[in-house]
Amino acid sequence: MGQVSIRNVALHFTSRRVGTVTALQNLSLEIPDKQFAVIVGPSGCGKSSLLHLVAGLTEVSAGGCYVDDDFITEPGADRGMVFQNYSLFPWLTVKKNVEFGLSIQNMSADQRTQRAQHYIHAVGLNGFEDAYSSQLSGGMQQRAAIARALANDPQVLLMDEPFGALDSQTRTIMQELLLRIWEREQKTVLFVTHDIDEALFLGDVVYVMSGRPGTIVDSVEVTLERPRHYEMVTSPEFIELKRRIMVNLHREVEQAMMQNQAL
Amino acid sequence: MTRLFTPKRSIPRSVEISVGTAVAGSALLTWCLLSYLQLVSGAFLPRPDEVWTAFVNVLSNGSLFEHMQVSLAEIYIGFFLSSIIAVPLGIFMGSYRIVAAAIEPLVNFMRYLPVTALIPLLILWIGIGIEQKIAVIFLGTFFQQIVLCADVSANVSDDLYKVSYTLGVNRRQVITRVMLPATLPGVMDTLRVTMGWAWTFLVVAELVAASAGLGYMILQAMRGLHPATIFVGIFTIGILGLLTDLVFKMAKRWLLPWTAVH
Repeated sequence: MGQVSIRNVALHFTSRRVGTVTALQNLSLEIPDKQFAVIVGPSGCGKSSLLHLVAGLTEVSAGGCYVDDDFITEPGADRGMVFQNYSLFPWLTVKKNVEFGLSIQNMSADQRTQRAQHYIHAVGLNGFEDAYSSQLSGGMQQRAAIARALANDPQVLLMDEPFGALDSQTRTIMQELLLRIWEREQKTVLFVTHDIDEALFLGDVVYVMSGRPGTIVDSVEVTLERPRHYEMVTSPEFIELKRRIMVNLHREVEQAMMQNQAL
Repeated sequence: MTRLFTPKRSIPRSVEISVGTAVAGSALLTWCLLSYLQLVSGAFLPRPDEVWTAFVNVLSNGSLFEHMQVSLAEIYIGFFLSSIIAVPLGIFMGSYRIVAAAIEPLVNFMRYLPVTALIPLLILWIGIGIEQKIAVIFLGTFFQQIVLCADVSANVSDDLYKVSYTLGVNRRQVITRVMLPATLPGVMDTLRVTMGWAWTFLVVAELVAASAGLGYMILQAMRGLHPATIFVGIFTIGILGLLTDLVFKMAKRWLLPWTAVH
């Protein structure tokens, strides 16, 4: 199971320069098992921070995050994460990167190889098993990072703008690849992006976050049928959903910008 | 032609070799002209054939080998002792605030203290034997290695640590699984650079007070007004340094294959 509950979460940062900043406030979210949930919000709204809270990399200031009603206190292999910056271990080959989590669990070499091979195949990196990350393009590095997270068989997959640094053609291909894998794997996904097209194309539900302090202001059920194809982004249904999110997001971005000017 | 003088542009291999040979060759040629035409007195600048004779001489009577052995023992022992303590300490200092808070004030004071200033004190304490040279090399490289390794480890991307935690790594495993491999290339560079400095400290220490070693050999040759032997000593130190550097380069290629591919 992989039901993620975020209950009345607040997050404060204290820095010497600006004092205490409230990044998240009164934020609650219930993500059912196996849902592909996408969070969109203006930049600096704390959507990445929210993902870090669920990962257990940052501690909540108030409230709590839960996976299947277990309070999250620290990071764990049950919540895999893919970062925006290419975060492969540069001293390991693609195969060793994908096996990394499995070797921590002391899985036998045979089993590791088998699992790693399965996911390397799933992300289309056959033939690059022995390559180092410096030999791979950005898109290929992210494929390997996704394979590494999935090979660990987490209950929840956290994705922090994983395609944000890719060119738009590569991004489209990566989105479709991710959906194909997710349809087979059936995992809870929490995906953060600022790209509305990406959010609608991928998600079951798109949650819209406000500017700082971040909280959820809208949730949009994406009624597009699955499996999704990229032509869907031009359908009237897609455009209608996009309009709704845009209006919301536009207002939040404007407010966030005014806030920043006031600071 | 324009290609040769464009910043960072590659040049043909043949040009690379010929300009390198030309510069080194003209240095040698200048030496020959100055000495054989007696433009500089032989008391100051020996002729190449004199240097060769001196080389054959110290080689055949075994003294070059003896001095070389002493110098190499001093430098490798001092450098090894310093490295095995300074490298882990530096890595921890760059990554753990608690270690930095504890040792940074002392390290920063010591690193600006030239080790050459400590030589008289060390002679007083330890004498002029091999132990004193080891102490000079140790103190000269130790604090520099700590600071350089701390810098290397402070620059390891935080994302690598975060991603390893989400893959199930604990606080103890993160040291062997992430911190050490991530810092290894920078540590190798640090060792290579500080090894060069260690040679300088060694020769200074041997020039000040010693009873054996290449620096001592040079000093004795000066006292005996034998510039050819001085040249042999200098060339030997240069070649040993070059060989050490070559070993480091090869070790890097062998130990860190991922830094060689692009």
